[in-house]
Amino acid sequence: MRRNLGVATLAAIPLAVIGVFFLYPVGGMVARGFWPDGSLDVHGVLEVLGRSRVHRVLWFTVWTAGTATLLAVGAGLPVAFVLHRLRFGGSAAVRTLMVLPFVLPTVVVGVAFGQLLRPTGPLGGLGLEGTPAAIIAGLVFFNIGVVVRTVGAFWEGIDRRTEEAAATLGASPFRVFRTVTLPALVPAVVSSASVVFLFCATSFGVVLTLGGLRYSNIETEIYLLTTQELDLQAAAALSILQLVMITVLLVLSHRTRRTPAIAQAVRRARRPGFRDTGLLLWTAVVTAFLLVPLVTLALASLRDGGRWSLSNYRALQTTGTDNALLVTATSGLLRSLEIAIQAASFALVLGSVVAWLVSRRPAAGWRRRLSAGFDGVFMLPLGVSAVTLGFGFLITLDHPPVDLRTSSLLIPIAQAMVALPLVVRTVAPVLSAVDPRLREAAASLGAGPVRVLLAVDLPHAWRGLLAATGFAFAVSLGEFGATSFLARDDSPTLPVVIFQLLSHPGPANFGMAMAASVVLAAATGTVMLLVDRLRVGSVGAF
Amino acid sequence: MAGSRALAVRGLSVSFGDVRAVSSVDLDVAEGSVTAVLGPSGCGKSTLLRAIAGLERPSAGTISYDGRDLARTPTHRRGFALMFQDGQLFPHSDVAANVAYPLRLRRRNAADVKVRVAELLELVGLAGFGKRMPQTLSGGERQRVALARSLAVEPRLLLLDEPLSALDRGLRERLAGDLHDILRQAGTTTLLVTHDHDEAFTIADRMVVMRAGEAVQAGDLGEVWQHPADAWAARFLGYADVLDGPPALALRAVVDPDATWTQIALRRSALVVDPGGPLAATIISARVTPEQVRVELDVEGLGIRSGVADPAYSTRAGDLVRVAVRADRLAALPGAQK
Repeated sequence: MRRNLGVATLAAIPLAVIGVFFLYPVGGMVARGFWPDGSLDVHGVLEVLGRSRVHRVLWFTVWTAGTATLLAVGAGLPVAFVLHRLRFGGSAAVRTLMVLPFVLPTVVVGVAFGQLLRPTGPLGGLGLEGTPAAIIAGLVFFNIGVVVRTVGAFWEGIDRRTEEAAATLGASPFRVFRTVTLPALVPAVVSSASVVFLFCATSFGVVLTLGGLRYSNIETEIYLLTTQELDLQAAAALSILQLVMITVLLVLSHRTRRTPAIAQAVRRARRPGFRDTGLLLWTAVVTAFLLVPLVTLALASLRDGGRWSLSNYRALQTTGTDNALLVTATSGLLRSLEIAIQAASFALVLGSVVAWLVSRRPAAGWRRRLSAGFDGVFMLPLGVSAVTLGFGFLITLDHPPVDLRTSSLLIPIAQAMVALPLVVRTVAPVLSAVDPRLREAAASLGAGPVRVLLAVDLPHAWRGLLAATGFAFAVSLGEFGATSFLARDDSPTLPVVIFQLLSHPGPANFGMAMAASVVLAAATGTVMLLVDRLRVGSVGAF
Repeated sequence: MAGSRALAVRGLSVSFGDVRAVSSVDLDVAEGSVTAVLGPSGCGKSTLLRAIAGLERPSAGTISYDGRDLARTPTHRRGFALMFQDGQLFPHSDVAANVAYPLRLRRRNAADVKVRVAELLELVGLAGFGKRMPQTLSGGERQRVALARSLAVEPRLLLLDEPLSALDRGLRERLAGDLHDILRQAGTTTLLVTHDHDEAFTIADRMVVMRAGEAVQAGDLGEVWQHPADAWAARFLGYADVLDGPPALALRAVVDPDATWTQIALRRSALVVDPGGPLAATIISARVTPEQVRVELDVEGLGIRSGVADPAYSTRAGDLVRVAVRADRLAALPGAQK
């Protein structure tokens, strides 16, 4: 009984935080739609859902996200095998590269693809600029790593001897894959596919920069409705639609999701053989697909009026031509770093409490369902539109009872909410992998709960915690959706600076945006490189 | 042994980086025979088995079957079946589908598969278990299903990797006997690796003793049993004691003065408390077990040794007794090794 009370108290803290800083703003945003003038207006919301433009937006969201998901899964599966079951020189570097796009600022990815596909760009001949194909390519670029990491971590954990048993019974490698491996992978594939679909369907930066005004998904439509057309009711209606869609998806993915057991034993990955040639080639193609936009971006940042030059980087100390910015780009970078440190610490503290709670999942009964529900609540930020969150912050946290309008913590808190599910998803599997009997042994030897935590969980989990912190830091550095609402022009973050530079005309501003993008990509990339050195399999896996 | 050499392994080595797991092993398995590779954990016996199955690449040596070299034959074309310690049943298929798996691979028609599966489940004593899922079975049942699956297509060589180690003692003993009968009944050529000498003795008729990657002894069960290659092998085969130097010579003078051996292995029951025995001893301690009394003896000339006594005699610590030596519980060891 006392134990239950203790757990309940511990659970209350993150619940309160997510209640105030997530559910309240999102709820406030939704309420704006239902109660436009103080009285309930359901009819108006239904009217919005009947608009043909909304139908078009919804259909566009579903089909682009669906296609991108299929492509990411199809392209990612062979790569997951190559990177997690084979061992060769450079495989670690490629593994790191896979997780990089996920933390790259969406704006940077949008810019990189735009750069690649513009008529004078390297792939301009394909005529893809401004087409749905470009958007889908951007989405696949972003999410292929999620598939590789999720499925790969799971694949590593599958007992190889089951496959070997099948092989000795006479099954050819392909038969083994089809009859033994694939059925075992289904949970991981379904889980990664649903998460990727979620990310694609709520993608903001990529669609905004690549789709322009011609193509909108629900997310960019919410943005346009709130900022351009000031139609809050329609925006709220779309937010609700999105919430419903996401909840259904989260429930579905939860049903099939099984936390991959992170085995501690060293597994021998085999060296690639002749028969792996096709898979290796495919991995090379995917690697190129991930590298080319980044290289294009880097090259563009070094061009100034047809010459190679570092002038774009030097310009980062200025406010751009025609004063496109109120402050210099470098001060934007400093502000970004400061915010990212705050957001990462906040997400880490909150996320490890949640992870600790969900990792000791009761065996059955109402407690298990409660625990699953608790877990689900903290996954919500994964799918809820960052735009909705940002706008919700703006309209609900600017007056009592919670007035943070002038607080410099507004952006870190919003970003921490975005990073929270990622921290939980990184730390929880690590903690779940602790044999509960170890804790029981420590307790039976006289260690109190805190001592158990210090003696058993912490030594086991510190890598996971460190990796989660780095991951949250990188995600926060690149966060754009929520921040674009909250950042003031006199203290923008670097992604906001890039977006501002891009919306001002002039080749100098454009070159400066490229240079800022490279700096941002390098910063997040370095962090992820360090995180990957910790070799925590659950980073970027869902 | 009757029958030709089906499996022939010559000079086989397997290395992982700098570690040599298997080192120049020679091994023969005759058709229809059951051979056990016996060794402590980590001696490389499982690696040897995996190499034979084609799951590890040898760094040297050859593996051939019926005189045909298997170096270029991939695992699934070798016609062997490997059964793991924990069965490795396919968790997403029921028992019948698991057993039918190798039959389906060979495109047998559905009616035949059904008949054969029923036959196999009958053979392993699990008739009627077809619709059960692997997770609902006990450890012993799972091993039986795995065995049925391995036997389904009559492999020309059945490889068993510690088939009973994951089971508890009573079940292990019973299943070992069953395994012996099933393998004979099916006439399957079998190579088994185990660390348990009782298991090896129950199931196999030939034995290879392995230590640190090398095969130290091979032969028929009785032969290996009665003539351990050295002190280590004797202890591993369950001999309680190995005598060396003066105690060994003292014992030799009693049992066989003409012999030339200088080292001898004793089973626990080699020294028996017997009023007519040739040796004098003092009882140090005695412990009653259901079958006999186990005693620690300080034997004149031999030092402190284990022995047994009939419960009929009074055996108390401190008693002076006579001790007889049972020659059939001794094994002379060739050469003096440390």
